[in-house]
Amino acid sequence: MNAFASGLAFLARRFSQALLVMLAILVIAFAVRTSLGDPLREIMGQSVPESERAELRHELGLDAPWPVQFARYLGRAATGDLGTSIIYKKPTVEVVLAKFPASFELVLGASLIVLLLSVPGGVYCAVRPRSLGAKLILGVSVLGISVPVFLTGIFLITIFSVWLGWLPAFGRGETLRIGFWETGLLTLDGLKHLLLPALTLSSIMLPLFIRLVRGAMLDELGHDYVRTARAKGASPLRVWIVHALRNALLPLVAVGGLQVGTLIAYTLLTETVFQWPGMGFLFLEAVTRADIPLVTTYLVLVGLLFVIVNTAVDFVSLALDPRVSLEGTR
Amino acid sequence: MLAAFAADRPGAVLAGVVLAIVALACLFAPLIAPQDPFDLASFDLLDAELPPTWQDGADPRFILGTDAQGRDLFSAILYGARISLLVGILAVVIQAAIGVPLGLFAGYFGGRVDSLVTRLADVQLSLSTLMMAIIVMALFRAGLGGEALSRFAVPLLVLVIGLAEWPVFARTARAATFVEAAKDYVRAARAVGSSDAAIVHRHILPNILSPLVVIATTQVAGAIMAEAALSFLGLGMPVTKPSLGTLIRSGYDLIFAGAWWVTVLPGLVLIGVLISVNVLGDALRDWLDPRRRVR
Repeated sequence: MNAFASGLAFLARRFSQALLVMLAILVIAFAVRTSLGDPLREIMGQSVPESERAELRHELGLDAPWPVQFARYLGRAATGDLGTSIIYKKPTVEVVLAKFPASFELVLGASLIVLLLSVPGGVYCAVRPRSLGAKLILGVSVLGISVPVFLTGIFLITIFSVWLGWLPAFGRGETLRIGFWETGLLTLDGLKHLLLPALTLSSIMLPLFIRLVRGAMLDELGHDYVRTARAKGASPLRVWIVHALRNALLPLVAVGGLQVGTLIAYTLLTETVFQWPGMGFLFLEAVTRADIPLVTTYLVLVGLLFVIVNTAVDFVSLALDPRVSLEGTR
Repeated sequence: MLAAFAADRPGAVLAGVVLAIVALACLFAPLIAPQDPFDLASFDLLDAELPPTWQDGADPRFILGTDAQGRDLFSAILYGARISLLVGILAVVIQAAIGVPLGLFAGYFGGRVDSLVTRLADVQLSLSTLMMAIIVMALFRAGLGGEALSRFAVPLLVLVIGLAEWPVFARTARAATFVEAAKDYVRAARAVGSSDAAIVHRHILPNILSPLVVIATTQVAGAIMAEAALSFLGLGMPVTKPSLGTLIRSGYDLIFAGAWWVTVLPGLVLIGVLISVNVLGDALRDWLDPRRRVR
């Protein structure tokens, strides 16, 4: 098989795996919905006589065997209908997606901070491993790993909002609406509100990425091509940045992709601390108020996000690095 | 041996001392604590939100102040740390109880068993464990309601955190077993007619203990952190039986009213425990693995 065909087969296999995972998530969501949620309560409330309930149950097809119900559920899911929220009385997909921009901008802000700090920090620790600065960075990053993300947030709020009064402690502030996307990135107030949550979220990823960049750089610096480039007269800075860093960033994409689930969990914690009106905050509200359709819709959409990012990461590492094994083994 | 370890790493010794103090304080909490923080009748709303004794307006009965319900914070932290440590350690025991045998099995027999265990571990690890724990606890909460969740909070947390991270032990045990199984003493044991079970149990297991101990240390830190995160989200220990995470959450609203201690003090204890466990784990790893010694 030539390289192109095997690449294509790899893509097809990854794609079918992604579909399988989504199917599994939908099965779980369906099971949760049918065992925990009572669709009748969503429609008609508690105080309706049993005879009327039975009638409606039959009308809605809720007395059908579960494979039939699951097939219907799948069919509706395919058209983007995952039920109606009990709290908001609106389609759940609409409710969850309306919160997506908030979560996305939070993650975007945190990722920018991580990228801007971890790459220079990690490279520095790799090229000057004995320096005081490197030891300091690594020491602080051990500390960072040990501080739970919600405590970082609470400490930042205590210092910068309560004691100093410099930055707002909760919410998104002023937002602008562009089409369906509600953004806080275009107003000063929105950016001010974003700063503390984004810093908090980045604090938990930063130590990991500094260590990753450092490790990958140390590996690359040991290779012959680095010595060759140096021997040919390239400046150290050029060798570090143009040659070694480029190769060192490859594993970062893969590991970064593997962290999506963890990132979603940390985003949820950060949103709770800052009452950031994102998907995670909505999910917890849905959980405490037992809005089962909303809970399961969140699960399905987050599962979809997880699968999309993971598949995309596979494709990106395939495109970036021809050495990535096509057999699916690491 | 211990003396050499201590001389080598003063930071680790400090961490060990901190942990020992916390562990003893937790163990003897009923004797040390001036109040039973789980007994709602023993505290008074009139004592609510008193600051720690080094601040103005404090009451000498409450060294670290009180929370919104008038609960003595010092007692609450002692009992809370007790729950946090208990859940953390029991969860890791479950992780090890599942992961180590599977890892030993996979590493010793290889072949199909091995690829099955490895595949399972990969799948489970790719689903972030914290996210899985949050989802499972959230479903319990949404399905059973907060009441039922709070009654079974401890066993549920132990099980959920325990089941989520067994692959870490399985991988470590597998890799170490793989190396040991190829060594001469294993072949010798087989030659004299030892059964596979006896070889794994009596010869290999003792030889792979040190990496397992290192992993166990860092896993305890992870489990304590996971418990705190779940409790902070309201998906773990209830307010009537607070762990450190619950205390942090219940004090969180009070920051804005100026009562920072209710949240910050349990937070500092939590961070102290986590840093100590991590530092100790790092030191153990470096010390037990000569390849990792500082170059």
